[in-house]
Amino acid sequence: MIDTSIALPTQAAKVSLFRKLLTNPTGAASMLILALVALAAVLAPVLATHDPSLASLQSVLAKSGPDHVLGADSAGRDVFSRLLFAGQFSLAGALLALVVAVAIGVTGGLVAGYYGGWFDSVSSWLTGLLMAMPGIVILLAARAVVGPSMWLSMMIFGVLLSPAYFRLVYACVTAVRNELYVDAARVSGLSDFRIIGRHILTVVRAPVIIQSAMVLGIAIAIQAGLEFLGLGDLNIPTWGSMLNDGFINLYKAPTLVLWPSLVLGVVCIALTLLANAMRDELERSRGPVKRRRKGAALVDAAEAAAKRGEPAVVHPEAPADEHSGSAGEILLEVTDLGVGYDQPDGSTTHVVNHVGLTVRRGEVHGLVGESGSGKTQTAFSILRLLPQGGRVTGGSIVFDGTDLARLSEKEMTKVRGQRIAYIPQEPMSNLDAAFTIGSQLMEPMRVCLGISKAEARKRALALLAKVGIPNPERTFNAYPHEISGGMAQRVLIAGAVSCEPDLLIADEPTTALDVTVQAEVLDLLRELQDELKMGVILVTHNFGVVADLCDRVTVMQTGRVVETGPVRSIFNDARHPYTQQLLEAILEDAAPRGPFTNSGPLTSSATLTSLTGVKP
Amino acid sequence: MYRFVLRRLLSGVLLLFVITTVAYLLLYAGGGDIARRIVGPTASQAQVTLKASQLGLDRPLVVQYWDWLTHALTGDLGRSWFNGQLVTTGVTSRVSVTLSLVLGATIIAAVISVVIAVLAAVRRGWVDRVVQFVGVLGFAIPGFLIALGLVSLFALNLKWFKATGYVPITTSFSGWAATVTLPIIALSIGCIASVVQQVRGSLIDALRQDYVRTLRARGLSFNRVVYRHVLRNAGGPALAVLAVQFIGLLGGAVIVEQIFALPGLGQIAVAATSQGDIPVVMGVVVATAAIVVIVNLIIDLAQGWLNPKVRLS
Repeated sequence: MIDTSIALPTQAAKVSLFRKLLTNPTGAASMLILALVALAAVLAPVLATHDPSLASLQSVLAKSGPDHVLGADSAGRDVFSRLLFAGQFSLAGALLALVVAVAIGVTGGLVAGYYGGWFDSVSSWLTGLLMAMPGIVILLAARAVVGPSMWLSMMIFGVLLSPAYFRLVYACVTAVRNELYVDAARVSGLSDFRIIGRHILTVVRAPVIIQSAMVLGIAIAIQAGLEFLGLGDLNIPTWGSMLNDGFINLYKAPTLVLWPSLVLGVVCIALTLLANAMRDELERSRGPVKRRRKGAALVDAAEAAAKRGEPAVVHPEAPADEHSGSAGEILLEVTDLGVGYDQPDGSTTHVVNHVGLTVRRGEVHGLVGESGSGKTQTAFSILRLLPQGGRVTGGSIVFDGTDLARLSEKEMTKVRGQRIAYIPQEPMSNLDAAFTIGSQLMEPMRVCLGISKAEARKRALALLAKVGIPNPERTFNAYPHEISGGMAQRVLIAGAVSCEPDLLIADEPTTALDVTVQAEVLDLLRELQDELKMGVILVTHNFGVVADLCDRVTVMQTGRVVETGPVRSIFNDARHPYTQQLLEAILEDAAPRGPFTNSGPLTSSATLTSLTGVKP
Repeated sequence: MYRFVLRRLLSGVLLLFVITTVAYLLLYAGGGDIARRIVGPTASQAQVTLKASQLGLDRPLVVQYWDWLTHALTGDLGRSWFNGQLVTTGVTSRVSVTLSLVLGATIIAAVISVVIAVLAAVRRGWVDRVVQFVGVLGFAIPGFLIALGLVSLFALNLKWFKATGYVPITTSFSGWAATVTLPIIALSIGCIASVVQQVRGSLIDALRQDYVRTLRARGLSFNRVVYRHVLRNAGGPALAVLAVQFIGLLGGAVIVEQIFALPGLGQIAVAATSQGDIPVVMGVVVATAAIVVIVNLIIDLAQGWLNPKVRLS
């Protein structure tokens, strides 16, 4: 019963991979070539015109002609017939190496991966040992002891190849060992043997098949190499020994080396291409699911908005609040901005549509919305640093009189850092782990401001002190992994303000931090903004942060602006239902669930209570 | 940092010890058979016994090994069974040839791979596809076939280079370059194909990292970020694959030396192997293992320099 149920999916999977390969041009061609070579080797006794070992003095180094289709070698043996018979030995030798390697490597990998423990470390260590020496040197040493046996050499080579399988299977098994379905099988009382056979073997099968195509090619090549060195068994014809004969007579009969080279080259290329085609097909069958997941939220959201056809509801400016100290000159005016991603099929997925945004000098402008609302995309497009494939599809981004959307990359590089700066969300991943904090602070200053190293160092230390780092000297010399997340965020803020920009774009600057650190970082931002009179775009999903810091708010949903206005009038008189829901969420001190089916993390109650100083 | 270096050094010495021990025990395990093979199948049993005692093969294996090890530690690897030459002299005089080939190929492969990989990873599109396809071919074709092709094209037909012979670099640099150019090209092609794949992959990963955007937002140009930051971060995996490739190159050199008639380690290895000259074979194993250990050590240190976190582990 169980046996057939194991066999069924196995069979299905194999057939489907095989069928897919037939429709893949590279895969089909490779398989055809390999099948022809194998067939020619099997049918050698029928196809051969001569006895492959029959030497003949008359035909030594004979040219190709009616008697010898491809000529004859230095002993007068027929090259064509030898090629066919050599195929038998060369392929059989490579298969032997493959079988030995699979038997040792797959078994070892399954056991070590599944049981772990001492077997695990011992076999990993042995693997490292086997891989530390060049295979051919080991084979030469072995040949010195056991003599010129092709079969023994290939068995030894199989052992040398086994680590490749061991590593592969080991990685696969440790990845699935603790999967739920394996646990379930274990709990339901299946024996380890059954679990390995049924659940784990199916996972490693495809990678092992792909690896085998590669390994066969390597085995054929190394065997030919050994024979080419003249260390093989002289009694059997192999492609390698034919190469050897051809090389010795390279001057007298240049074509002699050609035929075995051609066969070897074609077989090795076909095996590698086959392996690649198999991997491509396997990845393709998994691919679309993965790709769709990445863009799904954005695409669906944008499409939903487009269907709804809802006009961007703009909250009217409240003139009463214009005098609250934030009525500086207009620094940034985004009009009708569209952002889209080019898809492989040539279409464009729009993630931001007709977005408008105005930021004045000295004003903190909150850009609020849930995950996927397009707020971060809007921020990146102002910096002109959209992820690969993304581009501004329409509208203008006028910053201090210039349309950033129309600047060349070179001109834009001059704007970034000096005029518009950026504070990222996740502090750790935004520092380069390979450089010290100090060097990461100094490099942009030296490039943007053209100052000396000593000057940059002085400024960097001053900046670190300014952002509240207790021991600037030590942090300056530290690597990113040596400091805490809160410290790292301060470093990034220091970096952002290092060239005294006019506009600061902060992308959820506190989301990744501990609650106690969040308030400190917000305080720091406020101080710096006051001091440097910057315009700030604060991207956040947290209305608590908005209330704390912002002068003006723009609420985004599904790639559109739904409401915008001074922070007080938004809080007092939110008109759009989405804004109202977001606001209710803080007032009720709970994350809004229920009504939003696709909402990401909107506001966390922990964040809000900590900001207002109330613990639940 | 000192502890990191010391630990790497110790593990290298241990690896060298284990490899040579295993090799010795396997090579000398068949004591009587070795003597029989040397004196030939027609010799009498008395002759075999005599030969075995002459070569010290009649002693217990452990005693033979201890004898070999104590001598090896003083730099004495014994004498060839066939021409009585000191193994240490024979091996060291040839190491430089092999090393100049393999190190040359490694350096050239590293430089070319990085250039190609950066192009493929940054431009993507058709450049990337061409690189991928050529890479598969370079990987698939056995190195010695490439060497054969180079010999027949450039040395025999075009006569740009000499097909055989070796001029030490100390004698004449141009002479040396003329004799090692083709072998180095033959060796490095496969290596480049593998390293490009690896570096391209890790570059594409590194380009997606958040710090790339942040550094660019600070006003650094894309190229500067790629060459100074992304490349350095992608360097770790690239060095790891280079270490593996180096071992492969040492193996490839055996065959390539034979094709170009270069007097390197591979050449005495092949000669000693066909004669069954086990002390020389053992000497080659020791030399190869030592080279591998030293190169691994250098690469580990480079890893530590590239990635500060490695120094801790």
